[in-house]
Amino acid sequence: MGKLRLIIKREYLAKVRNRSFVVMTFLSPILMVGLVVLVAYLAQLNDGEKRIIAILNESDYFSTDFHTTESTSYVRLFDLDIETAKDSTEKMGYTGLLHIPQKKTLEAVAEASYFFSKNTPNTLVLEKIEAVFEERLRQRRLQEMGVSPKDYAMVDSRYEVNIATFSGEQNLKHFNEIKAAIGGAFGYLIMMFIIIYGGFVMRSVIEEKTSRIIEVIISSVKPFQLMLGKIIGTSLAGITQFTIWIVSASILLLLALALLDMDLATLRTGPVMIADATGQLPTAMPATNEMFALYAQEIFKIPIFTLVGFFLVYFVLGYLIYSSIYAAIGAAVDNETDTQQFIFPIIIPLVLAIYVGFFSVFNNPHGPIAVGFSIFPLTSPIVMMMRLPWGIGEGGVPIWQLVISILLLIGTFMGIVWFAAKIYRVGILMYGKKPSYKELFKWLRY
Amino acid sequence: MNTILVAKEVTKRFGNYTALDSVSLEIPENCIYGLLGPNGAGKTTLIRIINQISYPDQGALLFNGEPLRPEHITQIGYLPEERGLYKSMKVGEQALYLAQLKGLDKREAKKRLLYWFERLEIGDWWNKKVQELSKGMAQKIQFVVTVLHEPRLLIFDEPFSGFDPINASLIKDEILALKEKGTSIIFSTHRMESVEELCEHIALLHRSEKILDGRLSEIKKAYKNNTFRVAMVSDRGTSVLGELEEKFKLSQTEFDQEEKQLGFTVQLPSDDSRSLLSALSEKGRVQRFEEIVPSANDIFIRTVKEKGNNG
Repeated sequence: MGKLRLIIKREYLAKVRNRSFVVMTFLSPILMVGLVVLVAYLAQLNDGEKRIIAILNESDYFSTDFHTTESTSYVRLFDLDIETAKDSTEKMGYTGLLHIPQKKTLEAVAEASYFFSKNTPNTLVLEKIEAVFEERLRQRRLQEMGVSPKDYAMVDSRYEVNIATFSGEQNLKHFNEIKAAIGGAFGYLIMMFIIIYGGFVMRSVIEEKTSRIIEVIISSVKPFQLMLGKIIGTSLAGITQFTIWIVSASILLLLALALLDMDLATLRTGPVMIADATGQLPTAMPATNEMFALYAQEIFKIPIFTLVGFFLVYFVLGYLIYSSIYAAIGAAVDNETDTQQFIFPIIIPLVLAIYVGFFSVFNNPHGPIAVGFSIFPLTSPIVMMMRLPWGIGEGGVPIWQLVISILLLIGTFMGIVWFAAKIYRVGILMYGKKPSYKELFKWLRY
Repeated sequence: MNTILVAKEVTKRFGNYTALDSVSLEIPENCIYGLLGPNGAGKTTLIRIINQISYPDQGALLFNGEPLRPEHITQIGYLPEERGLYKSMKVGEQALYLAQLKGLDKREAKKRLLYWFERLEIGDWWNKKVQELSKGMAQKIQFVVTVLHEPRLLIFDEPFSGFDPINASLIKDEILALKEKGTSIIFSTHRMESVEELCEHIALLHRSEKILDGRLSEIKKAYKNNTFRVAMVSDRGTSVLGELEEKFKLSQTEFDQEEKQLGFTVQLPSDDSRSLLSALSEKGRVQRFEEIVPSANDIFIRTVKEKGNNG
């Protein structure tokens, strides 16, 4: 045990004192926050741009339908022929010209209308114009059917189905997105950690091989101890780095927000605008308040300790499995360029897990794909973490699936570590040629 | 004779390749034991088995009379042929780490390190990074780290490669001093002149088998074939050679006309050198009479060749 501690300490210090590691640790949060601020700033710039659209309306319709909004205003042109209108629109530097010709019926008018612009128009602009036409056409047809605009306004209401579990617990639809975000964050964290620090473990093994210190060390300790110490030391360095990242990024982000006085406003206007959109209904505002209360209630209902507990289990087992494979790869080769062929197959399940998670698990957390991948041991740490925010037991992940998944993971962990330790033990003393898979298989019997 | 290490019919296979084929050795305590053999003979495999880096498929090893156990690691020091240090780690810190892995506590390790650094005049390297050192400098540190925990058995695999002649002789003296203090030493090399200088016992491995072992002086005795080199002065010059050739088998004859000096090699059927000497002294004045003893190098080449021809 004493030796293992020594190895962990050395690996940790070697990693933490490494100059590029230190630079990465302190530069990354600055870069990350800088990026967020930049994106927010650019989004603001983009939104700030005001579009002006000229309308040449020769028809009897649409005289009052285009309302100037914060981002778009409309200029009406009168008594111009279409070519002059185009010219003047371009000269004035307007975004585009909407031409509504004179026709007998509304349908014909809509059919013959054109939007002219210098460049391909922004889809947002088009959507707005199309919405006006659609609304008008719909009203027209309803009128033909004998529905008055007043009646129509009353009919037009938004609806969302209420959902509840069989046991009667009320559920919130959008809440699924919050759960997905939490699950996604856990899964993504596991994947990033494995890829970054697994790579560190591998490079550290290669360094010991190329510097030829390996034989001196394993004449004092068991190769397995060295491998384990290396993996643990590197992951402790990784946890240190992640902690520094999260803490300093949060502080920096708050500082940036306070100094630039920008994002908070944008963030605040976000929900308000949603409220505005639904605000046509007089009851909308109290409803949002009620919903906020429900959300808060639901967030507290997420079994956060269970979640963190399982995160630790899946994180530790998943990381140990993958990093011991990385260690074996490092032992099998002489330099980093030879690692590609071996790394590719282990990246595949990780990436697959993330994709399956984002495209399948969030839509249907307990569907067959989600269940399959959350039980298969190479993808389960990521996929199961994405399913777990929906709870355990009824309405969530069935307990038997969780048990099988963890048992399989533990079994795989032991198998893979045994396998990796064998490759590692033989590989660290092999110099010269790059081994094939066939040769690696042979090493298992040495 | 006390033995520090005994190998009993040790066999090691890698897949279909047999790296060691039933090799048995007895390494006496407090002596320098030369483990010799051409490249690929199995020396490094055997050394790794002694260090418990790998394990034999068959056979057993005894350390100081008891079966070799993991705890014995602390009583063995090993300087591998493929050796190096962490490049970006400081010399002192690194040496402390390696010493602690061998079971020394930190304070004791530091005390001994300071002593050795002083002794080899490398005291001011403590805070240098290994990448700033030359190859020879790094080798000195590796040597110190190998012997620091005062093991009972030291294993040196090609210890002099990478050293300049001055440092090589410095290290050689240190090895001899360690032997004086009672340490047993296994010395693996194919540089025969250092074998001649250092080793009392040798074992010769060839193609995974031990083909020869024993006390170097006894092996030499066994390999000498009663050949003598003679230098003598005689007024009668070459006619003496003719007379001698009737009785003895001469070769490599030479005659210096001015000095009247004869030189030749005689091979006798038995080790009865007295009759030869008396026959010689009748013919003239013997200046030099010396039995030719084969060098370790001769023995090495001869045995390996013989073995190669047979199999």
